[in-house]
Amino acid sequence: MSDLLAEMTARAQELNIPLSVQLDLTYRCNERCVHCYLDHNDHGEMTTAEIKQLLDQMADAGVFILTLSGGEIFLRKDFFEILEHARRLMFCVKLKTNAVLIREREARRIRDLHVESIQISIYSHRPEVHDAITLIPGSLKRSLDAIRFLKSQGLKVIIANVLMTQNAQDYPGVRALAAELGIECTLDPTITPMMDGDRSVLGLGVDREALRQVFRDPSLVGDVDEFCAIAAPPGEDVLEATPCSAGHTTAYVSPYGDVYPCVQFPLPTGNVRQQRFLDIWQHSEQMNDVRSIRLKDLTTCTGCTHVSSCTRCPGLAYLEGNMRGPSSQDCEKSFARTGVPSANMLSKKRAAANLVQIRALPAMAGVPA
Amino acid sequence: MSRLYVARNPRVAARSLDGEMMIMSGRDSTLFTLNKTATIIWQNADGATPLDEIVERRICVEFDVERNAALEDAESLARELAGHEILQISEEPIPQRKPNVGESR
Repeated sequence: MSDLLAEMTARAQELNIPLSVQLDLTYRCNERCVHCYLDHNDHGEMTTAEIKQLLDQMADAGVFILTLSGGEIFLRKDFFEILEHARRLMFCVKLKTNAVLIREREARRIRDLHVESIQISIYSHRPEVHDAITLIPGSLKRSLDAIRFLKSQGLKVIIANVLMTQNAQDYPGVRALAAELGIECTLDPTITPMMDGDRSVLGLGVDREALRQVFRDPSLVGDVDEFCAIAAPPGEDVLEATPCSAGHTTAYVSPYGDVYPCVQFPLPTGNVRQQRFLDIWQHSEQMNDVRSIRLKDLTTCTGCTHVSSCTRCPGLAYLEGNMRGPSSQDCEKSFARTGVPSANMLSKKRAAANLVQIRALPAMAGVPA
Repeated sequence: MSRLYVARNPRVAARSLDGEMMIMSGRDSTLFTLNKTATIIWQNADGATPLDEIVERRICVEFDVERNAALEDAESLARELAGHEILQISEEPIPQRKPNVGESR
């Protein structure tokens, strides 16, 4: 983040302005990624008119960065009408897409509408791995063709590489591909539980050893010793800090108009079909509850060695049952990075050691077992 | 002396934060913030109103400054903003697309 954007974000937080919003236009998708957390059926998406009205409200509320995502955004027939409206309102628009439906014509329209960047999911440089994750044969080729169309229009394209067991060894190949294409590449080892709380997809996440390797790759983290160092004990200022931007300067709106603090934090705070966006942002009890949390308020993490350097996601913690509690996935990351277990991991270990195994008594003659 | 017309560059992203304009360049995504004078010029840059009128009607009134000095500064500022592709400048009126409610935000 640039210094100026950091400064603007700090001011927005002071003024309670939602500087950045992700709006999912649809949960429908033309890929079936094995790790996806969404239900792809349409349960009543907002209409074009509803979305335009929402965009008007968000511009009035001070939203500057608008990320349009899904599902697959190009499955909405009104996508360009929505995008045109957003750009008329002078949002800084970012797109997240698998790009399968982007050809030369779409790339030209995106350029003409001055989109800031397009983030495209690429799981591997090898078609057999990428296509086995999307479950769509030929999808890697389609996405890479789209990247070339977009690049030829001078657009900024970013590859998003989600890391899981199936592609854990492929990120160097994806990064080399990105370098060859002349584009940025981000790596994310986080698998998100389903929005309904189903955690079965977490089994696809990379194991501890693979995470450890990633965090010790200087091409990713720079100075490994510095990156993997244990943070100094937190000062008062750290403990008074807010955990992340969710609900402070960022929000998420689903295709059905539900407003959440973040795409990875499915705590319902209101619906724009019933209330104005700004009213939800300013007055929702749940949103204000999220806003009230400081690092010193966390149930287990406040006393943890990693409290000042942990990437703890309050949304993932919420999905584990307590938004003030630990996020086990982030505990694993802190452990893989430093080799030091988190307070949450130690507490679970203690609890397991204290368990008394109760065995059935041997059956006695004449007494039913 | 020819008049200077100013219009917002449609490539940028822009939003007012507590009365101060945040502008993201469409060229390279660099973020700028405009001071009060530049914000007034931006808000009135409709392509049809000459810069001298914006200075006389808005800047001189708001800041109680002398017209010619203010106009000189405003022209220099407008040219600088045009250099960053935030504004378009021309000695002729600049045709604009149909106005939209968001443009004043």
